[in-house]
Amino acid sequence: MSITMPPAGPAVTPDAEPTRKKTRAAQAKENLTSPWATAAAIIIALLWTIPTVALFMTALVPGSRYRTDAWWTVLLDGDLTFSNFGYVLFRSFGDNSTAPPLLGNVMNSIVVTVPAVVFPVVLGLMAAYAFAWIPFKGSNFLFVMIFALQVVPLQLALIPLLRILGPENVGVAGQFPGVWIAHTIFAMPLAVFLLHNFVAQIPSDILEAARVDGASHTQTFFRIIIPLSLPAVASLAIFQFLWVWNDLLVSAVFGGNKTYPLTYPISNLAGAYGEFAYLVPSAAFISMIIPLIVFFALQRYFVRGLLAGSTKG
Amino acid sequence: MTSTEVPLSVNRGLQMAGLDAQFWSTQGSNLLLAAIAILAFLVVVSLIMFGADLVRGAIRDKVQLVVLISPVLLLLAIGLIWPAIDTIWLSFNDVVEQPDPVTGIYTTVTQFVGLDNYVFAFSDPTTLRSVINTFVWMVLVPALSTGIGLAYAVFIDRAKGEKILKSLVFMPMAISFVGASVIWGAIMYDYNQVGNQTGTINAVLDLLGFNPVNFLVDSPWNTFYLIVILVWIQTGFAMVIISAAIKGVPVEMNEAASLDGANPWQRFWSITVPSIRPTLVVVLTTITIASLKVYDIVRTLTQGRNGTDIVANKMYVFGFVEGREPLGAALAVILFLFVIPIVIYNVRSLNKVKETR
Repeated sequence: MSITMPPAGPAVTPDAEPTRKKTRAAQAKENLTSPWATAAAIIIALLWTIPTVALFMTALVPGSRYRTDAWWTVLLDGDLTFSNFGYVLFRSFGDNSTAPPLLGNVMNSIVVTVPAVVFPVVLGLMAAYAFAWIPFKGSNFLFVMIFALQVVPLQLALIPLLRILGPENVGVAGQFPGVWIAHTIFAMPLAVFLLHNFVAQIPSDILEAARVDGASHTQTFFRIIIPLSLPAVASLAIFQFLWVWNDLLVSAVFGGNKTYPLTYPISNLAGAYGEFAYLVPSAAFISMIIPLIVFFALQRYFVRGLLAGSTKG
Repeated sequence: MTSTEVPLSVNRGLQMAGLDAQFWSTQGSNLLLAAIAILAFLVVVSLIMFGADLVRGAIRDKVQLVVLISPVLLLLAIGLIWPAIDTIWLSFNDVVEQPDPVTGIYTTVTQFVGLDNYVFAFSDPTTLRSVINTFVWMVLVPALSTGIGLAYAVFIDRAKGEKILKSLVFMPMAISFVGASVIWGAIMYDYNQVGNQTGTINAVLDLLGFNPVNFLVDSPWNTFYLIVILVWIQTGFAMVIISAAIKGVPVEMNEAASLDGANPWQRFWSITVPSIRPTLVVVLTTITIASLKVYDIVRTLTQGRNGTDIVANKMYVFGFVEGREPLGAALAVILFLFVIPIVIYNVRSLNKVKETR
């Protein structure tokens, strides 16, 4: 949804350091003029970090002490334990006799996420190429419409789409293909818009040269567009990965008992505030590990995707 | 690490029994299904594209254009546009059980009821409350996230360790709304009526001699405490985008201003803010839309109890839990009405950008 349309190309490195000299000069000025600003920044950074650290520590509190003692008390007593992680993953998330362990939901999250990333990226790149480089009647209108669809709340489509995918029609609701299709549809506006911004910036010389050599659209797509847009594809893929992995609404509506990802049982048990509440922090931490790894390893691509500008439908 | 590994591996040894052969065969077939789906998808797409390449003559370009573009257009038409229209239509109807005039068997009939569902939404106290709360979310979340994100981006600009400081505030973006809700609900906000306070904030309040707060129950402030969670997530987004824009402001402008004797505060308001205004608008609108749609936080922490409900959660409950689909549809349309001004504004801006290209 970028209005300024910052260039989506590889040139954008958000953490780009200015030249050494300038950095040092500016730093000196910063240090002189704004000790308060530095203090405020550190306070904000702490406020934003403490909750996650506290989650991890609370996940280590044994169930017998969860209700009565805060994690720092338990830490001082040396009673912190990793056993909650093993219990929720392999034994049970909740009542041992009825609730299945979370490992199944971890697997479901993976099975839901991977295809739901691949499908929209491929289809989006095809359409992005067409909108950016193939002039046709109505191209502009269609593109603006797809752009506008980015901000339409997906709630508006849920009820009828569930009916379309449901047992009377396609019959995939409650199964993995139903969740994949729903995620793919909802990802489409962002995918087309983000990839279009990037593909449109490929130098026209390259594409014209290919046309002159008699390359068809298909050949151009495979030989030029795919290899050159891999950075944008990476950005979108990370975006979509985080979105799908962290999603609750689409999975709750289009999924079923056999497909629910991690977010679903965690949301349910977190809202129950019962005797098994002590399992929720470790479960939440388990659900966060993979996205945090992806996030920190590929932050550069993720930020580039953000700057290529968009909202998520 | 050795001391921590022991209980985990002991657990695994003892408890793998719970994960029986049935479990593993299900997981195996699910993974296989995903692999086959991806493979089949890629093969089909490639085959169609290369098939379109075999076409000869003037029609080839057209065929290939259709191949490139129709999957997206079809998916959007069937999966988003048609359902949206259907939802709007459904919101003017009601589903009732009626005896069939011929056979006398009770069947469900869709009946046009005009604005009844909307009248209900704005007269039923709990539903009306959710509409008002949604409005509060829509105003406070963008304002607070953008304000804090802007301040932070300015504070850490060119500071030592800027990258790490950025990562710390940006990190919640990778955490799901559910995860963030657990963090804040169970860790920060936890409240005990008797005994020690185990929630981090209440423990600190206790230490400082204040009374503990029942964050998720005390209305109307509980809505504000839920909003804090989304602000915590979205500030990183605002900060990263704004920070990139600030780096685009020419250094010379700031230097000239400081030679003219402008203090940092004046430079911030007269140079930085005007230069990055378009970016601020993007950030504000993006977060506004996000704050309308998020239902995970309310669902996870309060399920709408104690006056915290929002339209997105109410819509889910009406549409998918209570089976009152027309009411759910009306609430979805109300959400849509909230964003229409933003849609129009964005389309105008996009067209402007296209014209200047």
